[in-house]
Amino acid sequence: MAEKTDVWQGTLALMVLKTLESMGSLHGYGIARRIEQTSGELISLNYGTLYPALLKLEQEGAISSEWGTSENNRKAKFYKLTRVGRKQIQKESQDWQQATAILARFLTPAEEA
Amino acid sequence: MRQLRAFWIRLKGLRRTSKADAEFAAELESHLQIHIDENLRAGMTPSEARRQATIQLGGVEQTKQVYRERQTLPWLETLGQDIRFSLRMLQKSPGFTFVAIITLALGIGANTAIFSIVNGVLLNPLPFPHPEQLVVLHASKPNFEFGSISYPNFQDWRKDNHTFSSMAVSRGYYFSLTGMGLAEQLDGQFMTSDFFETLGVKPLLGRTFTLAEEQPGAGPVVLISEGLWRRKFSASPNVLGRTLSLEGRNLTIIGVVPSSFQLAVWSMGSRDVYVPIGQWKNPALTERGDGLGIRGIGRLKPGVSLDQANADMARVSRNLAASFPDVDKGTTAKLVPLKEQMIGDVRPYLLVLTAAVGFVLLIACVNVASLMLARSTARMREFAVRTALGASRNRLIRQLLTESLMLAIVAGVLGLLLAAWGTHAGLKLLPQTLPRADEIGLDYRVLLFTMAISLLAGTVFGIAPALKSSQADPQTALKEGGRGASGTRHRAQSAFVIVEMATALVLLIGAGLMVRSLARLWSVDPGFNPHNVLTFGYTLPPSMINANPDAIRAAYRNFDDRLAATTGIEAVSQSWGGMPMEGDDDTFFWLDGQPKPATTDAMNGTLIYNVGPDYLRVMGIPLLRGRFFGTHDDEKAPYVGVIDTVFANKYFPSQNPIGKRLLLDGDTRKLEVVGVVGHVKQWGLDADDTRPLQVQLYTAWAQTPDDFTRLAPSGIDEVVRYKGDLTGVTEAIRRTIGQMSNEQMIYNPGTMESAISDSLAQRRFAMVLLAAFAALALLLASIGIYGVIAYIVGQRTQEIGIRMAFGAHRIDVLRLMLWEGMRLALTGVVIGIASGLALTQLMSKMLYGVSATDPLTFCGVAALLTSVALAACYFPARKAAHVDPMQAFRSE
Repeated sequence: MAEKTDVWQGTLALMVLKTLESMGSLHGYGIARRIEQTSGELISLNYGTLYPALLKLEQEGAISSEWGTSENNRKAKFYKLTRVGRKQIQKESQDWQQATAILARFLTPAEEA
Repeated sequence: MRQLRAFWIRLKGLRRTSKADAEFAAELESHLQIHIDENLRAGMTPSEARRQATIQLGGVEQTKQVYRERQTLPWLETLGQDIRFSLRMLQKSPGFTFVAIITLALGIGANTAIFSIVNGVLLNPLPFPHPEQLVVLHASKPNFEFGSISYPNFQDWRKDNHTFSSMAVSRGYYFSLTGMGLAEQLDGQFMTSDFFETLGVKPLLGRTFTLAEEQPGAGPVVLISEGLWRRKFSASPNVLGRTLSLEGRNLTIIGVVPSSFQLAVWSMGSRDVYVPIGQWKNPALTERGDGLGIRGIGRLKPGVSLDQANADMARVSRNLAASFPDVDKGTTAKLVPLKEQMIGDVRPYLLVLTAAVGFVLLIACVNVASLMLARSTARMREFAVRTALGASRNRLIRQLLTESLMLAIVAGVLGLLLAAWGTHAGLKLLPQTLPRADEIGLDYRVLLFTMAISLLAGTVFGIAPALKSSQADPQTALKEGGRGASGTRHRAQSAFVIVEMATALVLLIGAGLMVRSLARLWSVDPGFNPHNVLTFGYTLPPSMINANPDAIRAAYRNFDDRLAATTGIEAVSQSWGGMPMEGDDDTFFWLDGQPKPATTDAMNGTLIYNVGPDYLRVMGIPLLRGRFFGTHDDEKAPYVGVIDTVFANKYFPSQNPIGKRLLLDGDTRKLEVVGVVGHVKQWGLDADDTRPLQVQLYTAWAQTPDDFTRLAPSGIDEVVRYKGDLTGVTEAIRRTIGQMSNEQMIYNPGTMESAISDSLAQRRFAMVLLAAFAALALLLASIGIYGVIAYIVGQRTQEIGIRMAFGAHRIDVLRLMLWEGMRLALTGVVIGIASGLALTQLMSKMLYGVSATDPLTFCGVAALLTSVALAACYFPARKAAHVDPMQAFRSE
């Protein structure tokens, strides 16, 4: 599986939230890079698509933003999780774990025939 | 919750500020900078670093666009744009906007009003449980298909039938109420026990009659209406058991009937009091041969069809005829479904009006379609430009739909106002003769339906050209200068105009025929002079109710004398029994010298008028032979009668009828004919000639048999010829009566003129509405033809310029353009006449004295339509004739 894959529909938001959960406050570029790294460079992210996703999460109240300064002294907008966002992670993680577990049962060969 | 919060923020985002835009631009810029820094650190050249960063972002402007769509609600934003743009477009062509809105509003409004009325009358179910089981009962007799039912016969019908779950009869009666303030006339019913049960009406309070209470001489009880209960008893719950003094007798109140109970059939309508029929003192009540104006209502058992009930009742009638051949031979039960009975008379009128309003709607739709077509053709170029600039097909359709909807909303509101007013006005035109009028309200389903239909027409024809042009290569459309496929559009519009003209002509023909019918009817001689004749009912005080016949006759003579002496009154007469156009009474007779026929069936029938000596003077009926009654023709004098010309010609052809003698059924005296008078159109100006019973007999009121004279104190009719002002005379009469006693009263005052007018009310209603629709159709059609000719002139300006440059005169151009219009109008007229010939057959029942294919009407309205069309074409044609050739070329 050498090819890089696109982000699946609906998973980007969860990736953003999980990234912010582990990294605390982070700017858009940082989030994008971190997602790519976490995926083991298997995901190729079109950075432009990240911003509407961030806006949506902010509109929904899962994250908040404020301007700050980056490690290289660049002015940048930093995002961090809110209480609503933490709850959302909990719920969506559960949903995904359940979904992948179900799918795994189909994909792995039946052991107890 | 999350979605709602996001939606709210996006909704607020609609008022997007440049600050928000700038902020995101700054964020993107910082993103790129950080990325570029990193790329530089990885050893890229500065330009390569920026290039890679931008590629991985996916384009700065694209990102901004996607972000912006998330910021706000794009569909709402587009809608706002569409609305603003539509308003601008509609404002830019106020003529189009005005005509389209007016056309739609008129179509929607008129249609909704008429359909609301039709719907209320014809389609809505009756306000009774299982109304389909209800039938009205009549007794069909040789002279009367829908005659009244004698009480003994009804009792046998009720006992012997197998198909009805219940049946009941009733008979309207005016009761004088005394002992509660001023004496007053109550509108009441004598009825049998199951009347309310049959209809499924439950009393508000108390109970209804029992079968035992129906019997003659049984307990004196009464049911009162909710209205009377509120008016006289202040809606007291303790009203049960109290007494009501009717006709000088105390009746115990046992129940209150809800005011929701209404029945506009015969005289079973909404009333004040309901009294068991056994309380009626009429000696003829127990006579099997006397119907006495009694009508019935029955409820079929569940699952029983009308045919089964008819067969069952035919069997019952046959048995009765066998048992009582002298009175019941030829009498059969006649069943009419309740709904049929209520709306039977007006159904043809309403159906014709519905068809007419449908035509108006058709014209309105065609007009709007034609307008939209012309407009979008003129906008071909605009659409092509927008397509070239990247507008998608969906975007164009959305834009046009928005425009149509804006028109629709404005027109819909106007139409709604028009419909509300029209329904109201329509009902006012016909207050009494339209059954179920009180159940009618504006029907919103109909409003929505007509709005949807007319919009659909407009939208389809507005969008079709836009679709076509967006499919085509915008380059071609642009090159053609917006005149693309004008040939085909022009043909479509011409077809529209022809349809409009034809439809308008059909409506005009219908209206013309109605107008001519009414004009014919108004010129029909009713056989009497209806001007300055006042009629009213008069009752003696309740103390007179049990008086002897001599005293009753004396009281009425006294009343007549007092009345005749009142200023403004020229002549006075009683009228008991028949009253022209208002009510009829009939009797059986045989000629002296013949043996008495065994059954009434074998006797002759005649209308009978029981009147005073001055009746001819009051009514202005001409005396043709012999004499009329005098005051000396009283109870002691020989029994005399006067016949009309129809009677004379039928029973005494080519003989002198004076001195001939007749015998009336139920009377032992021989009646001598002393005079012949003119025939009166008893059954109305239009219907009299077609009725089986037309012969008329007058008898002197003073010679009425004593048994019947005893009934007179409860009220008989008076007719009065007056001069001067009607209200003045009415006041004078009231004063005269007031001087006599306040326990007697007059009721139901009316004039003979309004009686005649009422007899034509349905026709007049149909005529007024048809004429209104025809005028509307004419207006819409002329707007339509004007629009098309104006459009053609606009399209052909260049051609006209060339013609004129080559020497055509202004008059030639005028003629050419007028001919364009006339060709369409005349084609429409030909089609209209052809359809008119077929369609007016459907309204032949509504016509009087005019054939459904009356050539005068057809030619007249065709000429009218053609000249209106010519006038409508003249204005654009004149504009064409004044085209300046030089300018025509320059404008392209």
